[in-house]
Amino acid sequence: MPGVSALPALRPIAGNHLRRRLWRIHLGFGLLALVTCLCAPLVGSTNIDLGRVFDPTLRFAENVDAQIFIIARLPRALAGALVGASLAAAGVVLQALLRNPLATPFTLGVSAGASLGAMLVISLGLPLTVLGIPAVSLASFTGAIGALAIVYALATMRRQGLSTLVLLLAGVTLNSLFSAIILFVQFLADPTQTFQAIRWVMGNLDVGTYRPLVWALPPIGAAFIVFARLPRALNLLTLGADNAATRGVDVLRTQRLAFVSASLATGAAVAVGGPIGFIGIIIPHLVRLLVGADHRLVLPASACLGAAFLIVCDVGARTLLSPMELPVGVITAMLGGPFFLWLLVSSHRRS
Amino acid sequence: MLCASSISYAYGDAEVLHDIDLRVEVGNLVGILGPNGSGKTTLLKLLAGLLTPTHGHVTLDGIEVTRCARQEVAKRLAMVPQATELAFDYTAFDIVLMGRYPHLQAFELEGPSDINIVRRMLTLTGTSHLEDRTFRTLSGGEKQRVVLASALAQFDSGSSGTAEPTTNRVLLLDEPTSSLDLAFQLATAELLGRLNESQATTVVLCTHDLNLAAGLCRELVLLRDGKLVAAGEPAAVLTPETVGAVFDVDVDIRCHPANGRVSVIPVARRARPS
Repeated sequence: MPGVSALPALRPIAGNHLRRRLWRIHLGFGLLALVTCLCAPLVGSTNIDLGRVFDPTLRFAENVDAQIFIIARLPRALAGALVGASLAAAGVVLQALLRNPLATPFTLGVSAGASLGAMLVISLGLPLTVLGIPAVSLASFTGAIGALAIVYALATMRRQGLSTLVLLLAGVTLNSLFSAIILFVQFLADPTQTFQAIRWVMGNLDVGTYRPLVWALPPIGAAFIVFARLPRALNLLTLGADNAATRGVDVLRTQRLAFVSASLATGAAVAVGGPIGFIGIIIPHLVRLLVGADHRLVLPASACLGAAFLIVCDVGARTLLSPMELPVGVITAMLGGPFFLWLLVSSHRRS
Repeated sequence: MLCASSISYAYGDAEVLHDIDLRVEVGNLVGILGPNGSGKTTLLKLLAGLLTPTHGHVTLDGIEVTRCARQEVAKRLAMVPQATELAFDYTAFDIVLMGRYPHLQAFELEGPSDINIVRRMLTLTGTSHLEDRTFRTLSGGEKQRVVLASALAQFDSGSSGTAEPTTNRVLLLDEPTSSLDLAFQLATAELLGRLNESQATTVVLCTHDLNLAAGLCRELVLLRDGKLVAAGEPAAVLTPETVGAVFDVDVDIRCHPANGRVSVIPVARRARPS
């Protein structure tokens, strides 16, 4: 009889394997994000040199390269990093929460909620800034969080726990409801405003200054602090709520934390860059192919790769048809769409 | 001791368990039997603290399970559900390693002792050769054994490599042999019996396999329509009258000449009284 005839002997193995792997992956993907972030600002209409940017012998006021790097181009690269990392990480968390590898940060109505918020501000001609924050960003953040609050309330209404099925259904329904309202508002609005709103939906990382990033940092930072604690519980959640609970996971608390943190990150990311699609789904999938399914590896690696990917896409958006600028959302979708279809077909073939 | 005091449970308006009293003494091996929809799985989930009873309460060593921190409960109580489906590509080894969850601090990584425990449980359940396989690609029976290994990995405190102190541990299993072939049915039964005897693990399982239950369990509980119909030693509970009344089947009950176990042989189906 297999395995039960004798008590097995202990087989000693190298215990630090996991730790080494964790470090290697953190370091590798972290470096990739860092290098991308430093190199992206070098590309543009004026050529600048990284050596001269950080040349300590030159004063900043006299160092044109440093001025272009720090003032003109770095904010945009950092915006790409922040938005890309947030969307990719939120995607990982929501896929685990919903136990569905096809979930994205926008599955639960965020993008439609954010777009509706932005659309209303643009169409109603509301003031451009509120307390120094662009009104469109504020409205889209509010719209995103509002949509998620509605979905969450619906999912917790009926039972003592959080129903991921209701979460998913309510999210999808809300998405189309909001889209309909957006179409209605667009129908009533004048063409210039409609055009402006459509441009917003395409996504744009041209933040101009560091200020939008500073505003986005608190919600994104809070979300990432929660993300750091989640991975092991997320691993177990993917086995199902019953398995997770009997292994010692506080399921409801984990679901709540995952949902709220992913919502904050997504809402803030959308407020900075608009609803940029596909990052939240292709990056986690790509990372899983590279490092396996363990969320302790997938989550940080996805955040770093998401940052790098979006920065590169944005460089493409700036330069491909220069001096004309392409919307970055178009680039990510044009790269992401075919890639995702390939993934879908090949994973079907495997199973 | 795991103790259910007059518990009832309803999904919405539909009451599936009514006023059940059950005491599972330390070291006992209890089988829950009953037809489809009699409330076996619900009872198991209530015992595990996964559901909160609408009336009554479940206590583990005197403390109400639904009020304990899950991480503390998990060190002493593990459950193997009927089926585990996965959307992501974890290996069998990963799944068993997840059983170490309750013993790790927030950012702690599994160490050599955890890896050793995982290897031991894989061997114990006869799944060592599957450790690098993707869980999703395993057969139903292989999955069941890997999840059992994962549940067993929860118990070991991991502090000492030597013999474990015999603390009160409870293993709950929902149809542990439902997708196993004959050889593995016996192997699993033997493993459960051995865990129960040598390591003082309390085992509660539900099953449809009356013969397996008769041979393995020290005590049987028969459910029908959410009510407890009979409880006691297998020989006392498995009578043609009781089994017939619970399952609506005429049965012949024999003692097997070779191993002396009770065997239940279905003879004919009865019309279920309405």
